[in-house]
This record gives sequence, C-alpha cells and structure tokens, in this order.
Amino acid sequence: MMNRRQFCKKMFLVAGGVALPLAALELFDPKRLQAEKGGKGDTRWVFLIDTHKCVGCGFCVKACKIENEVPYDAKVSRTWVERYVVTKGGETLIDSPNAARDGFTSSRSDQNHNGLIDIKNEDIAKAFFVPKLCNQCDNPPCVQVCPVGATYQTADGVVLVDRSWCIGCGYCVMGCPYGVRFFHPVHHVAEKCNFCYHRITKGMSTACVDACPFGARRIGNLRDPKDPVTKIITTERVGVLKEEYGTKPQVFYLGLSMEVK
Amino acid sequence: MVHGELWTIKEAFVYPNEYIYWSIQIVMYPFMTGLVAGAFVLSSLYHVFGFKQLREIARFSLVFSFALLPCAPLPLLLHLQQPLRNHHVLMTPHFSSAIAAFGIVFMTYGMIVASELWFVYRKHFVQRAADLRDNWQGGVEHVSYIIFNVLTLGAYDIGEESLHRDEKAVKYLAAAGIPVACFLHGYAGFIFGSVKANALWMTPLMPVIFICSAVVSGIALCILSFIVVSRLRITLNNWKIRHGVGTPAVSEMKDAELAIVTQTSRYLLIFLVLAISLELLDLIFRGYTAVKSWDILRSVIYEKDFVKIFILQYGLGNLVPFILLLMPRLTIRRAVAGTLLVLVGVFMMRWNVVIGGQAFSASFAGFMEYSLPIIPVSMETFREGLFGALFVVSMPYLLFLIFSRVMPVFDPGKVKNNL
Repeated sequence: MMNRRQFCKKMFLVAGGVALPLAALELFDPKRLQAEKGGKGDTRWVFLIDTHKCVGCGFCVKACKIENEVPYDAKVSRTWVERYVVTKGGETLIDSPNAARDGFTSSRSDQNHNGLIDIKNEDIAKAFFVPKLCNQCDNPPCVQVCPVGATYQTADGVVLVDRSWCIGCGYCVMGCPYGVRFFHPVHHVAEKCNFCYHRITKGMSTACVDACPFGARRIGNLRDPKDPVTKIITTERVGVLKEEYGTKPQVFYLGLSMEVK
Repeated sequence: MVHGELWTIKEAFVYPNEYIYWSIQIVMYPFMTGLVAGAFVLSSLYHVFGFKQLREIARFSLVFSFALLPCAPLPLLLHLQQPLRNHHVLMTPHFSSAIAAFGIVFMTYGMIVASELWFVYRKHFVQRAADLRDNWQGGVEHVSYIIFNVLTLGAYDIGEESLHRDEKAVKYLAAAGIPVACFLHGYAGFIFGSVKANALWMTPLMPVIFICSAVVSGIALCILSFIVVSRLRITLNNWKIRHGVGTPAVSEMKDAELAIVTQTSRYLLIFLVLAISLELLDLIFRGYTAVKSWDILRSVIYEKDFVKIFILQYGLGNLVPFILLLMPRLTIRRAVAGTLLVLVGVFMMRWNVVIGGQAFSASFAGFMEYSLPIIPVSMETFREGLFGALFVVSMPYLLFLIFSRVMPVFDPGKVKNNL
C-alpha cells in the first residue's frame, strides 16, 4: 500500500514527465539549424524593385489577388502600390486606394476619412510610385513573436504561415513594422506575401513579377552570383525599407526616396 | 468584410492591411490580469508581511483573486480568430514569443493561489465535512458533504500542530506568489513593451508600469467589492435585529469596515504614486529624446487622445481619487467614489496603451480611430464589442458567488453567527 507521501512524490514525477514537451527531446537537425542561422544553402530568395519603372497600373496587385486567392473585393492585399506626391511646399501626400488593385485612376489623393485631395499639377515637385510586399526579413519579427510556431522561415529565406496551426492571435500582425500581414477573410488566420512560394520553388516567377509590364519587379537568388538581380544588388546603390528596426529586409529598392515610409 | 474593418476609421495614409486588430478584449486582458495580480498582492501583504490591519480583507481578496483568475485568459480566448486552437500554445510553445509562456506562467500562478486557498480553508473544510456528517440530513446536504469531503483531500487532522503547519505553508505560498503574480502581469506588459514595430508600446518601462497599475487596480477593486459585500451584511444584520436574532450592533460593524477601508487605501495610494511617476517619466523621456516616431506620437497623445489620456486617465482616474483618498477622515462614500475612479483610470490606461498604440499607422503618415461595436449583431460584434467586454467583467462576480459558498470570505467563526 502506498502512503500519502509516496503518492505525492509519484504524482509530482508523473506531472513533471507530462509537462516535459516532446519537442524538448528532439535531436538537433543540422540542416534546420543552418537554415535558422542564415546558413549557406544555395538559395536565398530576394526581390528587387525599380521604382523608376513603376507606373502604378496595379496589374501586380490584381495578379497577386487572383493567384493567391485573396478575395478580390476584400480591402486587404498581399502586395500593394503607394503613390507619393511631394508638393513644392514640402508636403507629402501618400495614397493607395484599394491597395491600387485598379491602379491610380484619379489624380486626386485618397486620404481615407479626410477625403480626396486635389493637388494642382504646377504645385507638384515630384511624384512616384512604390510597390510594397513582404520583405522576407532575415531577422523576421513575425516569426519571433508567433506563440505556436505557425509562422516560420524556410531554408531559402521565405517566411511562410501554416494555416492549419495559426491560432489567429494577431501578434505577428502587430509585430510587422511594414504592415504586410492581415487576417485572411476566408481562412481567418494570418496571411502575407510569400513570394509565390508555390511557383518559385517550381522554377516559375511570382505572379506579380509576371504581371508587371514594365519590369519594375524582379525576383532573384542572392546566393547565385550570376543572377542578374544579385548583380544589381551587389554592384548598384540599392536601399531597403525601415532598416532601423533591425529586421534585415530582403526586398531591395532602386531609386528609393527619403519620403518613402 | 475583413477582420477589423468594421470598427476602424482610417485617416490620411494608412497601409492597406492596417486595421485595429487588437480591440476591446485586448484592453480587457491586461485589465483583468492586473486585477488578479493586485488582489493577490493585497492578500499577501497580510500573509507574508504581517500587516495585521489587512487581516479581514486578505481572506476576501484571496478568494476574489481566485475568482478573477479564470477570467484573465477569457478575453484572449474571445479575441482569437481560431479559439478552438488555443491549446496549440501549450502543445507547441514557440518560446521566442512573449505569449508562448502564458499558459505556463498562468497555470503556475493558478496552482499557487489554489494551494494557498486550500491551506487557508482546510480547517473550515474539515469542520464542515464533520458537521455535515454528524447532522446527516441527506438530499442537498449530501452533495455538500461530498464536496467538502473531497476538498479536505483526506487531511482531517486539525490539531494545533497541524494548523500551525498550515499557517506556515500559507506564508510560504503567499511569498512565492508575489513574484509570480508580478511576473504574470509584468509579462503582460512585456508582450506590449517588446513589440518593436509599435512606437508607443516599445519601452522597457512597460512591464513595471503594468505591475504598479495592476496593484493599484487590484486593491481598488478589493476595497470596492469589500464595501459592497459588507454593506450587504449590514443590511442583512439590520433585518435580523428587527426580527430579534442576536447579532453585533450595526455601528460596530460600520466602524470595523471603515477602519479596514482606511488602512487599505493607504497602500493603494503608495502604488498609485509609483504608477503615475513611471508613466510620466515615460512621457517626459519620449518628448525629450524626440526620436523619429515622436511627431506622430505627439499628435496622438496631445491632440487625438488628449481627452482620453489627460482628462479621463490622469485627471479623473488618478488626480481626483488621489485627492479624495488622501484627504483626512475618509468616509465610505468617498472611498467608493475614489476606488471607482481609480478603476476607471486604470481601465483608461489600458485603453490608451492598447488602442492608442494602434491609433497611428506604422507609416507614421496617418491615423486610425476605433469605434467600439455596441449592439451585438453578429458573433464578431459580440466578441469584440461592448457586450463581450461586459461578459468578461461580470464573470468574476459569478465565480466569486460560487466560490464564497464553499470558502466564506468573512471569518467562518463569525459568519456562523452573523449570516
């Protein structure tokens, strides 16, 4: 017969054993460790945007929504285009009506609740378009903050979301300084651009790159020195967005202006 | 409709995917955990540090803390887009995330409070079980007997030595509980403070500010609930006196009540001063260093949210109750007004952090305004609306009602005669 003291001891042992997650017993997978540390695999997907070439037609946004089944009329998008209008007075007006899905059909800037603002042509000092998408950061804050590990980085640098495991807490949405994440209106889990991972891993290009008529968007492999995108990134003056957050973004921009947020 | 679109009003340039994703339930979460932690710290002041004046309220606040406990994760559950997957946090915790350890911290704390309660009430359980066994009546009493018998966990010894050991255990558990309670809530602060993408949230002071305001709100709620409960007792007592049942005089009970409230509100004031100092330090520091985000933060703090921050939070929620509670010769009426306002102030602080942190776009070029859904026309408007919040607020009282049937919050010896 077991006395109470023995019973309590045994119970603590059982409780301790149950509490120990199986994951703690997992052996180190060198391949995974390498991927987590940035590694030296033969692929690292990067993106190059030439803002000089973008005209704000919005074909990329359209193509992305259709390819990735983000409801067409939902007011969220994996990629979008921003229009910057800087006046001679130094004021900057930014807009992206409906994520620029239908392009910029009006010269008036859509300031949401503040309405449409008209700027006379002669008052404009400069104006340009900036396409945005997930930066597939080397140090992704969204991956860091996911409490269940539903969002993760692949060995080739792309950050993906496991729709079957995401609990929809929104911490990743809050953690992204670029505002690329949202909740999928149908699946009700976190959603973001994944460089059309299903396409690029099969040797195809992303939907937005294919749809861009002006070659403003290009995807490449940073670990391939012969890749034309890699050549531009390594030899020309390129910029990245919000470097100060230490996220090490991997979407590079040609012709980035200081007004870009 | 996209999640968040319903209650978000965008102004100027906001990234297309930006909405107020963390709404009223995420305001409720730190508010409720704060109350849990605060109520526990109050009870520990008596158990660990031996503040004898708090004896009566210590027992009350411990049971109240236990009733609040299950309600702390409730808002999180209501907020999740996939609530049925909540257990994933325990199954595959991703420890680089500040939220991942929530289940572990929360359950550790829950176990400490539960064991402390058991040691506090063991004598009562044993006596009740013995009482019910000796005066066997069957029926509902039978169920009570089973409940109390199970609650004793087979430890029937209530000899002097044994009770002394209980007291010691309570002391140790209460001592262990203080850091865990602070951790539980400081941790909620860390969840916000570590979001580097959010200019308003990111400050290492956030966990400390959260702990101080938690203790303030916890003590305030305990005082308030204590007054309500003891008023009910006094009313009941009046009725009994009228019907000739022997009970203590009403004036005696009122004096005892006022003494407890006066003592407890002193502790509230100490933590209130600490909380305000830290919050003001944070504000001054931000203005003085004026980094990149200060322009947009300034327009949120001093223009968009001015009324919510300076009138409702600091003015009505901090300054007014500070004066009310500090003035000599505290009355029950003033204590009620003061603690109510303190609760409003702490709630507004949570609101201004959670909603205020999302009041501006990450582009720093636009604003977002939150309009709280009032009428629950759908599940989403209930969960993330006024009624969802009210549901969360009312739950602890329901639980308290149930718990206090088993664990009387006023001295069981006296209760037998009084109630």
